[in-house]
Amino acid sequence: MDTKKMAIIATKGTLDWAYPPFILASTAAALGYETQIFFTFYGLQLVRKDLSVLKVSPLGNPGMPMKMPFGPKWFKNINWNMPNAIQAIIPGYENVATALMKQTIANNGVATIPDLRELCQEAEVKFIACQMTVELFGFEHSDFIDGLEYGGAATFFEFAGETDICLFI
Amino acid sequence: MNFDKELDARGLNCPLPILRAKKALADVGSGQVLKILSTDPGSVKDFAAFAKQTGNELLSTAEAGGEFTFFMKKK
Repeated sequence: MDTKKMAIIATKGTLDWAYPPFILASTAAALGYETQIFFTFYGLQLVRKDLSVLKVSPLGNPGMPMKMPFGPKWFKNINWNMPNAIQAIIPGYENVATALMKQTIANNGVATIPDLRELCQEAEVKFIACQMTVELFGFEHSDFIDGLEYGGAATFFEFAGETDICLFI
Repeated sequence: MNFDKELDARGLNCPLPILRAKKALADVGSGQVLKILSTDPGSVKDFAAFAKQTGNELLSTAEAGGEFTFFMKKK
């Protein structure tokens, strides 16, 4: 049987949207897929050396439950969603939301993004960064982790054209 | 059931039990049995799917008090 293949285009640069590409890629690798992720636009943030740039924003995201990851059960069950206008004027709101999200992640035994990314690399998931957006956003190759390849759309198609699963995230 | 290696994946959530199991299977020989403990309810379907796709045989799945025990035989 030929090895199955999966390609993912990762375009989002927030903590929450960092999960789908890394979870799917690491799992695919565990299932024996040859896997490649193409990081473009904001997705480039996922291959930065410094992953503290990844934040989560409840602003304009009505689907995001806002619950406290500590305290008694009745307190944890309160939903703290508030109007966008109020969220927008509170300084540091995203930093607080990000810290709470990270605590919730730890409480639930969910892997961290640095861990998942490392698991992908250990499993030989190939990471390709879009050279055009690297330049567009004024990044240097030194901003990114080692082991990245740099390429463009044609590089992506070379592998994607032979895949069984191809996802845009 | 006899087993050759045990993996404690309790408290871990998707996809970590599968990723840890994949690693643990690399440490045992063909035909040997890995015992896996998990508390992730999603792992029941996930281990069945993992076995089906990788050719490793899921010998048994059991649940007791919110804890799941799997025995998997390496291909």
